[in-house]
Order: sequence, then C-alpha cells, then structure tokens
Amino acid sequence: MTGGARLLWVCGGLLALLVAVAIGSLLVGAAPVPPGAVLDLLTGRGPAGGSDRTVVLSIRLPRVAAAMLAGGALAVAGAGFQALTRNPLAEPSILGVSGGAAFGVVLAQVSGLGQGVVEALGLTVFGFTGAVAAGAAVYLIASSAAGFPVHTLLLAGVIVGIFFSAAITVLISIVDANRLGGVIHWLLGSVAPIPPSQLGIFALATAAGVWLVLGQARALNLLALGEEGALELGVDALRVKRRIFVGAALLTGTVVAFVGPIGFIGLIVPQVFRMLLGPDNRVLVPAALLGGGAFLLAADTLARTVVAPAELSVGVLTSFCGAPFFIWLLRSRVARVTP
Amino acid sequence: MTALTEFRDVSFAYPAGAKGRAPFELRELSFALAPGEVLGLIGPNAAGKTTVIRLLSRVLRPSRGTIMVAGEPAESLGRVAVARRIAVVPQDVPQGFPYTVEQLVLMGRFPHAPARFFESREDLRIARAAMAMTGVEALAAEPLDRLSGGERQRVVLARALAQEPRLLVLDEPTSHLDLRYQAECVALLRRLNRDRGLGILLVSHDLNLAAEVSDRLLLLAGGAAVRLGAPEDVLQESLLEAVYGCRVSVDKHPATGRPTVSVLWPDGR
Repeated sequence: MTGGARLLWVCGGLLALLVAVAIGSLLVGAAPVPPGAVLDLLTGRGPAGGSDRTVVLSIRLPRVAAAMLAGGALAVAGAGFQALTRNPLAEPSILGVSGGAAFGVVLAQVSGLGQGVVEALGLTVFGFTGAVAAGAAVYLIASSAAGFPVHTLLLAGVIVGIFFSAAITVLISIVDANRLGGVIHWLLGSVAPIPPSQLGIFALATAAGVWLVLGQARALNLLALGEEGALELGVDALRVKRRIFVGAALLTGTVVAFVGPIGFIGLIVPQVFRMLLGPDNRVLVPAALLGGGAFLLAADTLARTVVAPAELSVGVLTSFCGAPFFIWLLRSRVARVTP
Repeated sequence: MTALTEFRDVSFAYPAGAKGRAPFELRELSFALAPGEVLGLIGPNAAGKTTVIRLLSRVLRPSRGTIMVAGEPAESLGRVAVARRIAVVPQDVPQGFPYTVEQLVLMGRFPHAPARFFESREDLRIARAAMAMTGVEALAAEPLDRLSGGERQRVVLARALAQEPRLLVLDEPTSHLDLRYQAECVALLRRLNRDRGLGILLVSHDLNLAAEVSDRLLLLAGGAAVRLGAPEDVLQESLLEAVYGCRVSVDKHPATGRPTVSVLWPDGR
C-alpha cells in the first residue's frame, strides 16, 4: 500500500469515528431532547423556534465544534513538539507552553480588549505570544550541545509552567474579582459554546497551525536522523524546526484562548497513534487531528453529562486519564517509543 | 572534465573550545576529486577528516576558501542540489531511530523532490533496488533498532545509494562489518565505481583498506594536508612514523602489489 492510500484509509476511518462521536454528543445532555427531534433540527426540518432548537443548535452544536477543534489542535501540537524535541513526553502542558499561553490570555482579559470578534482575536494573539515566550524559555533552558536530554527538557517545562502559573495567580490577586468571571473554571480547561464568528477565528487559526506542521511532515521525519543527518539530505533543519515550533505554539495559544489549558491530550493521542500507525508524521499528524478531536469531544460529552445538571471541567477528566498514562510511558516506553 | 568536488584553499575553525585547548583548525586545504575517482582520506585522530565531511555536506561552512560542487560554488548551488550530487554514509543512525529499513532508505529520495508529500512509485523502485544492492531487501519492514551494527551499516549505505549521487562519501564504512561483509562492501563499492562512474571519498582509519581501493590518498594531520598522491607515494614508513608517532612497517601485498601498513607493536618495556 502506498503512503497516500494508507493515509486515506486511516483518515476515512477516523472521520467516521469523529462523526459518530459528534452525533452521539448532540443527542445527550442535561436538557432532555428526543433523538428524533435532534436529527430533525440537524437536517433543517425541525421547528423554527422553541427551546429544543436553542439547546441543540445554539448550545450543543457550537460546543461540539469547539471540542473537536481544541482536541485536534492540541494533538497536532503534541505530535509537533514530540518530533521537534525527539522526546516522547513532550506536550504543550508538560512543556509549560500552555502555561505561557494561559498567562497571555489572562493578561488580555484583565486589560479588557473589547467584545466579540475583537476580543477573540486579541485573546488568540496574546495566547500565541505567551506560548512562544514559554517555548523559547524552555528551549533556552534545556538546549545544550548534545541536543535536548529527555529529562532536562521536562524539568525546564515544569519550571516554566510553575513560573507562569505563579504569574497568573499574581494577576488574579491584584485584579477586581468581578472582572474575572469564569477565569477559575476556564483555567481548569472547559469547553463552552462559542458564537459562530469567534468559532470561525478558532477554526482559521487551527487550520493555519495544522498547515504549518503538516507541510513540514516529510522533512520532520528526516529530523529523526539528527540535525546533521537531515542537513546531509538537503533538509533546511532550522527552517523546519522554526515552522513546527510556530505552528505548535499557534495551536496551543489558540486552544488556550478559547477553551483553556487542557492537559495531556497532546501526549495521549499522538502516542497512541504512534503505537498503532508507526512514526511517519505524514500519517500521524492527520490521524492526531481527527483522533484528538474525537477524544476531546468524547471527554467533554462525559464531562457535561456524568454529573448533570452540574458539569466537570473537561481538563480534570483528561488529567485523570493522562497522569497515569504519562507515568506508564515514563516507566516503560521512553527508551523505545521515540518520535 | 569538471571535478565532482574541489576544495580551494578551504579553511575552517571551530569556535574556541574548553579552556586552555586550542580550537581545531583546518588550514587552506586544496584537493579535487575527479568523476569516477576513489580518493582515500586518511590521518590520525583530530586530523580534520570529519571536518572535511561536514564541510562537504554543508553542515559547516568554510571560514575562507571555496568548495566547488559540479563546477559551481556549493554556496550558490544550495543545500538540496548538493544533496542530489553528494551522499554521505554516516557510521550509524541515532539511538532510538524509530523508522523501518524501507522508510529510512526512502528518506534518501528527499533531495530529488523535497516538495512532494509522499514518495512516488519510482522513488520506491529506486529505494528497493538500492536495498537489493546492499543485500538488505529482506529487512525492509524491520525497525532499525532491531538490526545488528553490520546490518545497520548496510542499510545506511543503501539510503545513500537511493540518493543516486555522483559522489559517495563514506565515513569508516567497514567499521562494524565482519570480514565477509567487508569483502562484499569493497566489491560493491568497486562495482559502483566501475559500472556507474561513481566517485568515492573514503574516510578511514584502516590504511590497508584505503590503500587497496583508492586511486589516490590524501594524508591529513593537524588540520593540514601532509601529502596527496598515489598510495605508494603517501604510505612511506618515515612519513607515517612522523605523522602517527609510532613505528610502522610498510610492505607490498603479495597478491595485489599495493602497499600494506602494519604497526610494529611496542613491547611495553
């Protein structure tokens, strides 16, 4: 089977899974809406008004879209960071990149950037800037002549993460609590319905980030030969690394701006697909995009139904899955599953 | 005929290293490698052999002088174009390299169409032919870290052949190979050299191997060329003893007539 055919099969299967999870997610929720009514509304045959319409089209549908985008973006960012650092445990939250993005977003919130689309754009830009700053700091702390030693990189990420979470606490303490409405809930990572125009910005920024990573996927594979080996084969290693870094930081910053710092998706999803499909980033990155979307959507559906009418933060759920996974990976597979 | 590569007064200095140690410097090195020629690059440790490879593959840039590739300055030719003409065979792949043999060999096709997302069927055909040449086609689906050192070395050579270069740069090609595969490796290199006119730059500590396969030898020491010429002109007892700092004996191989070098092992007293 050629690479292209394999990619089609993998993406076809995962797309079917994603659609199935999305339909399932639209059918369930705190407000009981009969399945037939949901399907009628989705296919445009439902009543023009009523509470069912609001629940399905204005609350559940945007939330489903936001969860899919966030999950896909985080998984692609994780795959990018793992290949970039040649470290199987690299991931936006573990590397402290999410923390930097969160600081940027909180800073934007307390300075008040306006409303609606302007606010969404501002938050994205601030989140991206924070992610780049944190990523650059981790890079400078961890890089040595020998590249990125696995444990040094993780420690640098933890330190940068702690620094930014302290900075966030300072911001929250000095600002009037009323202006920070849902910040605490958001900081745990939670998907909320997003208006269509802002969802458009979320989708565009995600597409740009995925394009940056996926466009370099073949060259990224060659980086596994080491920088010198890649250079010998004509890869402009510095350009590839820079693009992957900017792409992954953009994805992280965007997700943090819209749904908060959700941890471990970027670790679990690419690792599972690397075990199933192998290390080829040309298949791995699209698979992570679709699979990450399905995974976070399933987690978010669980988060909003399991204690309904109350809600869990989806970030809490992913951390419950992710922490044991991380420990297992650290103890058993670090030596073998290198991206 | 245009040389495959030519060093014109190439100098290079690494940034100053640890305290007190003078940084290594390559000084005004000049040589040319003609199409179809086998040039052996020899010299003691820290002579500058690896630096020459890195300069040639554009991992490093000369501080002075010009490196010509196919009649053009490598600088203006660009990295991808250089990689289409010159393939470097490193000693090994990095630890934990996760790809399979076939995936690694296919990576050699990158410089021929870097913008292509997946390799074409033609790329796959060329990669499989390269694997057949070095006898690793049966290992195609194996991950690299499950192979022996000798198998990995032949896989890395297959990747360089898939690159379809005009010049093959070999860094200690037989260091992990047992006698039989050393012989096969030499036979393969000779065949490629004879049938395809492939130029070879052989970097090796093994003076006898270098003397056996090379048309000319370039002896480096301390970052400068000491002598360039036919093996019997370079492998002189007095010269080698001065450069390597130990007693050697140079004889004539009974079968091939090429010079052979052996160390006169000191008895420790």
